[in-house]
Amino acid sequence: MSIFGLFRKQKSAPMARERLQVLLAHERASSGSDLVAILREEILAVIAKHVDLDADRVHVKMDRDENMSILEIDVEIPTNSALKAA
Amino acid sequence: MGKVIVVTSGKGGVGKTTSTAALGAALAQNGERVVVVDFDVGLRNLDLVMGAERRVVYDLVNVIQGEAKLTQALIRDKRLESLFLLPASQTRDKDNLTTEGVDRVITELKRVFDWVICDSPAGIERGATLAMRHADMAVVVTNPEVSSVRDSDRIIGLLDSKTLKAERGERMEKHLLLTRYDSVRAERGDMLKVDDVLEILSIPLIGIIPESSDVLRASNMGAPVTLADARCAPAMAYFEAARRLRGEQLPITIPGDKRGIFGKIFGRKAA
Repeated sequence: MSIFGLFRKQKSAPMARERLQVLLAHERASSGSDLVAILREEILAVIAKHVDLDADRVHVKMDRDENMSILEIDVEIPTNSALKAA
Repeated sequence: MGKVIVVTSGKGGVGKTTSTAALGAALAQNGERVVVVDFDVGLRNLDLVMGAERRVVYDLVNVIQGEAKLTQALIRDKRLESLFLLPASQTRDKDNLTTEGVDRVITELKRVFDWVICDSPAGIERGATLAMRHADMAVVVTNPEVSSVRDSDRIIGLLDSKTLKAERGERMEKHLLLTRYDSVRAERGDMLKVDDVLEILSIPLIGIIPESSDVLRASNMGAPVTLADARCAPAMAYFEAARRLRGEQLPITIPGDKRGIFGKIFGRKAA
């Protein structure tokens, strides 16, 4: 390897940081806690009472911060779905 | 009533036992009564790091099963009279730890000691969850390395869900202890920096322990590093961390930053 190779060598710490950020965002959202799974089931049940929807289109995500946690609920309702209450 | 601290990490080999011994000895040097409890049943090592391996007669499991009194199992440190060790069992396994038994022992210890420091086993199984169960605060030991950071993240999740504090709806105080830190490699971009780890785990920092041969030297001799050589860099970092555990507000110093001009120039050039 030429001496210039030393200068071209990519720094590895930024890669570590990026990989961890992606991985942990995913792990915290999915396997992280039972709470998220329970919430997802119950939220789904409540909405399904009133609207026809696909169970796979309900996403519940928990994000953790130093001072608070953010619960993100994302429900996709198909346009042709009949409102049961209507 | 004493404070209960769990020293935990998820991953093995990051420095839980070393840190338990070092923090315990640092706190006890102020005259406060400290007990370090080894929860690693079956693979005990805290006795060895503390240099008390030949003085173990009874252990945590004996006390839990009623075969010995707590006072019989506690070992007083030969160097510091306010420092005690409650060793783990060598011959039995983690199934011998019952929730009720651990509850009883910790309650009793809290009455006598100012600090009860629980050295957690690696992993996220029963031994680890029992070690953290009674904690008032947690020290999460992490190396600046991907697998350690990932496992610490899992442990933080458990601290927020599987402890008595969490069950009561209270907030667990968690502190990051970054160990085996090498500021030259971090500066060069080949090791996660303090700020990277802090940003990812988002818990407050209690100390940065530099990678150092003094740590191995101390464990070879069977002394907590804060007793073996109180002036060496890792010992000084542990003393600072202990003061922060007591609630003192101290600015965090990154060990190795005083490395001198040659180290800095070399560190930059190699980048």
